[in-house]
Amino acid sequence: MKNALDDTRPIYIQIKEQLEDSIVAGRLQAGERVPSTNEFASFYKINPATAAKGINELVTEEILYKRRGVGMFVTDNARVMLIEKRKQSFYEHFILPLQDEAKKLNISEEEIINMVKGENQ
Amino acid sequence: MKIEVKQLTKVYKDKKALNNISFSLEEPKIYGLLGRNGAGKTTFMEILSGHILPTNGKILINGENPFDNQKLTESICLIKEGNNFKGDLKIKEILRIYSYFYPTWDQTLAEELVSLYNLKQNAKVKSLSKGMESALGIIVGLASKAPITIFDEPYIGLDAAARKLFYEILLEQYEQEKRMIIFSTHLIDEVSLLFEEVLIMQDGKLLMKEDTDQLRDRTYAITGTREAVEGFIHDKQIISKKGLAGMMTAYVYGDRKQARKNDFQVEGIPIQELMIHLTEEQRGA
Repeated sequence: MKNALDDTRPIYIQIKEQLEDSIVAGRLQAGERVPSTNEFASFYKINPATAAKGINELVTEEILYKRRGVGMFVTDNARVMLIEKRKQSFYEHFILPLQDEAKKLNISEEEIINMVKGENQ
Repeated sequence: MKIEVKQLTKVYKDKKALNNISFSLEEPKIYGLLGRNGAGKTTFMEILSGHILPTNGKILINGENPFDNQKLTESICLIKEGNNFKGDLKIKEILRIYSYFYPTWDQTLAEELVSLYNLKQNAKVKSLSKGMESALGIIVGLASKAPITIFDEPYIGLDAAARKLFYEILLEQYEQEKRMIIFSTHLIDEVSLLFEEVLIMQDGKLLMKEDTDQLRDRTYAITGTREAVEGFIHDKQIISKKGLAGMMTAYVYGDRKQARKNDFQVEGIPIQELMIHLTEEQRGA
């Protein structure tokens, strides 16, 4: 859980990311209940409709499922699906910015590889 | 309830406070009504509450005009910046008067909030400090539970902790019972997370009405060399721009994914800052 949200990015996406993070890290297990819309709203002081939007998108993506009158729960395949999705965005979010910065600093490909392997420290 | 604003115009002497604006609002939603001083926000809220008549155009609430329409105005509670209550009345008398007027009034909540804000039921309004008077306004607005509750800069003199308490109770009440809340404030950073939609007004016009998250998503600042930024923004919708030492930052409205492909630094813009860029006078060129 983060302490505060960032006003410069859509709030529902941040709610979604938090839940995804918790599932990927194993803090929320398959079959476990996730915080409700109102719990998110009270914790972060955000509009409940915004929290609901993030949670509902995860239902559409079959990461969560709804049990009427009880709440939202993590699906069995949630973690596997999320890890697959994260892998796909890994290149865009981590490798591309790394390459950009390395280019600016004139760091060679070989040097990067060594750093990744931890051989440069 | 549904609010339809149709070609609404209000002229004071030779100044157009509202200049032919049209839009609609729906429940349940918390709207942020933003804009500089003199943008027309207060005039709009006064017409909406049935306190004054427009010069032209109309506001319809569930198809009816709010002016001189008690059946409708008992569903609308407007809390202004100050002078909401007569000075000679005691707090408990004010609560009683409002409880007669609003069928949705919640006396338990009102009394709970009075003690939460450390007010004395027997104190007269004129003996209250600015902050205490604002607290009373907030209490009445929340306890009215009016289907349309409007707060126009309701917290002169209230310190940060008292404002935070207000936001918390507002949200709590909203979770329990959804209604339409219209919130006008200059302290945007404090409340922007509560707004589901924002309306930005300027010079009597509606500049923008948009889902707050959509706005966060579709506005961004890009920074790079002047040449590169100029090249990127020539076909984009620009909110404003500034330059320093061959570098330039432009505030852009549109899909920020386009910018990521290029060699720019791309950042989101907080709603408060966005409001400032949208409404500030362009000085020089």
